[in-house]
Amino acid sequence: MNRTLYGNLIFELSKKGRKGYSLPQDYDRTHTTAELPEALRRSTAARLPECDELTVIRHYTNLSHNNFGVNDGFYPLGSCTMKYNPVINEEIAAMKAFAALHPLQPAETCQGALEVYFNLQQSLAELAGLSEFTLNPCAGAHGELTGLMVIRAYHESRKDDARTKVLIPDSAHGTNPASAAVCGLEVVEVRSLADGTVDVEHLGELLAECGSEVAAMMMTNPNTLGIFEPRVLEITKMVHEAGGLMYYDGANLNALLGECRPGDMGFDVMHINLHKTFSTPHGGGGPGSGPVGVRKGLEAFLPMPRVTKGKTGTATAPHSAPEGATAPVFTIDYGKMSSMGDEGATKADTSIGSFFGNFGVMLKAYAYILTLGRENVKNVGPLATLNANYIKERLRDDYLLPIQGLCKHEVVFDGLVDKSTGVTTMDVAKRLLDYGYHAPTIYFPLLFHESLMIEPTENESKETIDAFIDVMHKIAAEAKSDPELVKTAPHNTPIGRVDDVLAAKQPITTYWKSKNT
Amino acid sequence: MFKYFPHTEEDLKEMLGTCGVSSVHDLFSDVPEAARFKRDYQLPETLSEIDLRLFFEQLTHPLNTQQLICFAGAGCYDHYAPSVVQNLVQRSEFLTSYTPYQAEISQGTLHYIFEYQSMIAELTGLDISNASMYDGATATAEAAMMAWGNAKKATRVLVSETVDPKVRRVVETYAHYHGFPIQLVPAANGTLDRAALDKELAEGGVAGVIVQQPNYYGIVEDYTGVADAIHEQKGLFIINANPSDLAILKTPGEWDADVAVGDGQSLGIPMTFGGPGVGFMACTEKLIRKMPGRIVGQTLDNRGQRAFVLTLQAREQHIRRQKATSNICSNQSLMALYVTIYLSVMGKEGLREAAEMSYAGAHSLCDKLLATGKFKLTYPDQPFFNEFCVDYDGDLDALLEEATECGYLAGIKVGEKTLMIAVTEQRTPEEMEELVDIIKEIKA
Repeated sequence: MNRTLYGNLIFELSKKGRKGYSLPQDYDRTHTTAELPEALRRSTAARLPECDELTVIRHYTNLSHNNFGVNDGFYPLGSCTMKYNPVINEEIAAMKAFAALHPLQPAETCQGALEVYFNLQQSLAELAGLSEFTLNPCAGAHGELTGLMVIRAYHESRKDDARTKVLIPDSAHGTNPASAAVCGLEVVEVRSLADGTVDVEHLGELLAECGSEVAAMMMTNPNTLGIFEPRVLEITKMVHEAGGLMYYDGANLNALLGECRPGDMGFDVMHINLHKTFSTPHGGGGPGSGPVGVRKGLEAFLPMPRVTKGKTGTATAPHSAPEGATAPVFTIDYGKMSSMGDEGATKADTSIGSFFGNFGVMLKAYAYILTLGRENVKNVGPLATLNANYIKERLRDDYLLPIQGLCKHEVVFDGLVDKSTGVTTMDVAKRLLDYGYHAPTIYFPLLFHESLMIEPTENESKETIDAFIDVMHKIAAEAKSDPELVKTAPHNTPIGRVDDVLAAKQPITTYWKSKNT
Repeated sequence: MFKYFPHTEEDLKEMLGTCGVSSVHDLFSDVPEAARFKRDYQLPETLSEIDLRLFFEQLTHPLNTQQLICFAGAGCYDHYAPSVVQNLVQRSEFLTSYTPYQAEISQGTLHYIFEYQSMIAELTGLDISNASMYDGATATAEAAMMAWGNAKKATRVLVSETVDPKVRRVVETYAHYHGFPIQLVPAANGTLDRAALDKELAEGGVAGVIVQQPNYYGIVEDYTGVADAIHEQKGLFIINANPSDLAILKTPGEWDADVAVGDGQSLGIPMTFGGPGVGFMACTEKLIRKMPGRIVGQTLDNRGQRAFVLTLQAREQHIRRQKATSNICSNQSLMALYVTIYLSVMGKEGLREAAEMSYAGAHSLCDKLLATGKFKLTYPDQPFFNEFCVDYDGDLDALLEEATECGYLAGIKVGEKTLMIAVTEQRTPEEMEELVDIIKEIKA
């Protein structure tokens, strides 16, 4: 990363008359858009940049130098599972044959793509202990919403319309209640105990009070504190007995690979973040992929379109000879479309996207699973958990460990042990940037005032982790010896701390607005 | 040892010792016995990189995955993607970073999102764009929820029948579960039936009206007066637009729309079997605090430098939980970068030229097809852009099959006799000639 600010906007590099593209000139110009009635055409040209190719290349290259990614250094951002994004996966996803596929081309011409879709969902089902997945959701939150739709559709199918509530532990990610609200469900919070786990007695009271109105309970396990919920089997049983379904938020699934499966714990519906557990890049905030899986008996409630496998023909298995043609094995079920005009009465099938979701991301996740194979997948959870527990043990002298005992893939501290100089978690996070690390997740979970959540992933070596631990200790020492240095960090980054209030007060969200202000 | 796991035996021993356990499995001693997974996963064995490549080469063998010359659209278009785009988006600083919460080390991402927002605002003619949505369909559904949430006393959201049925289905799904009715406004001659719309509006209770431009059939609709009629009822006017055509077409802003949504796939993103693309959403300034998704704003840092930062986060799920404007968090940031670089390379002239070529190609192909005598335009008097519908006087399935045999995706069947065809700047005059020849050869 370049530690001085590059700072330009592409618009500021634009010069009238420059161009960065070339298009064929020999085409039939019989028709031009001048034929369109003037009322249908825009009155002024869009003010897009005018730049030559090299200027564009340098601009975005320089911008990238002011960014920090997993390839730049340790990225212990809790709850985000910033693992290594293997480069071979990028190569596979960029293959022209996939990139050039139209989603509506006949199924017999895209068997290879359908096989990837089908086999990936089968692999996920095996890893999750569930029956079937849809890969259509584009992100974790999209998956949550889809999963809740599945749950509502299940209750609707039984004409059990009273189930409008969803139980969510107060330690949950904000997306859980937000997804529930988008899905038209009322959120009922389940309290946590002092150790951060679900208060099962409170859950029991809630179920006694309104069990017949409970559509589902959403749970993250390990929870957002990185703690395995010790009474999970009891919880799923209680909710099932009340007639509700159990939803598993797969945000923290990475911890469990090799050791346990959500389906075996009694979960009925779940989503997986392929961009966390299955190594696909976060891309600065997407594209992700949030497949949703269901237990046996709920498959019919998954959204359309679906990819299914017929009984005839054979799929391409790894290592088989590239002999080519097989009878079409995979088919696409689009389901019922929205009614047109006078067919008004038919109701369309549930659908959460135009096509099959982020297929390009699925390719990367499938390549990852094939690369790991059954021998290595099982080590993901244990190694990620080892790294987190090692950090927990080595940092607890300087950082306040509010919950004793084992953690899973991540560990939460409640700020510094010695808070006497007023150095906060925010300050520690910002000081880490100076030393070439991404900050951990801060001020989440909300259970503690100074949360500092560290997730190392299985890909980090002991040397990397030891170096990080040394820097964390160094910062703790600085907090005592020179608190101002820490409170005013970062000092060694392209920009210093930003004025968030100014940004929100009179928002400037486009170049045009910034020029007029 | 495995290439993604750096732990040596020695490392393991030391680290386990620090943790006070003798095996990694002991770290799971807090997991109830009945929840432990004790067998091997039923998955294939590990593949070396050489074998992995062979496997995917086999999957992409033309007999398994056939690249067709694409005359299909219906929401996914085979537009030209400059080499520069793919090259730059692969830069690991962009690719392997997370959402830019730590502004001090994320100015790269924040800068391009700000540029993206500026470009989307400019193309749509509206004030504000967010940092992206999943796809055009979910962006439209989010706009419907925005209209519903914005309305004081509403009973429904209206959707034109000329909106892509795939998009409508997603809007209907979201609306059903969120808890508000969607009502279809019928089409007349391939466009929104204005009399039917006026009748609905007269009944009152309309939170918003969703239309598409060009519409599903490729027709460029005339929405003159529609905004006023909707605004009189305090509803929002929502246009689902194809951004690549907005170099030429009247903008949602000029139609006086409140919200513009759509899919940015047509701006330099490969089709990739339908995703990832990128949804966009733009709106008027007064709706900014109702907008879903992330927004980047300009500010200053403590050194007085111009800086960019995620802003107005009080709308979002991680702060507002169930009261948030939406549950969206991760969006399609890297795809927004595709769009930004595409629009930087193509620029003011290139986007217009590509749109002009697509228009010319579609009209040229249409002329040729009509000249065969086997087709007539489904909507003869309607202006179209680069996608159009024709009725075929033979067996349409047989035509599509024959074209596929010859390596062509001739279009999308949208009715018993109706074929919808899209042309982009990537389709050469030779390809169009050949497609017409193939069709001419087919015996009735």
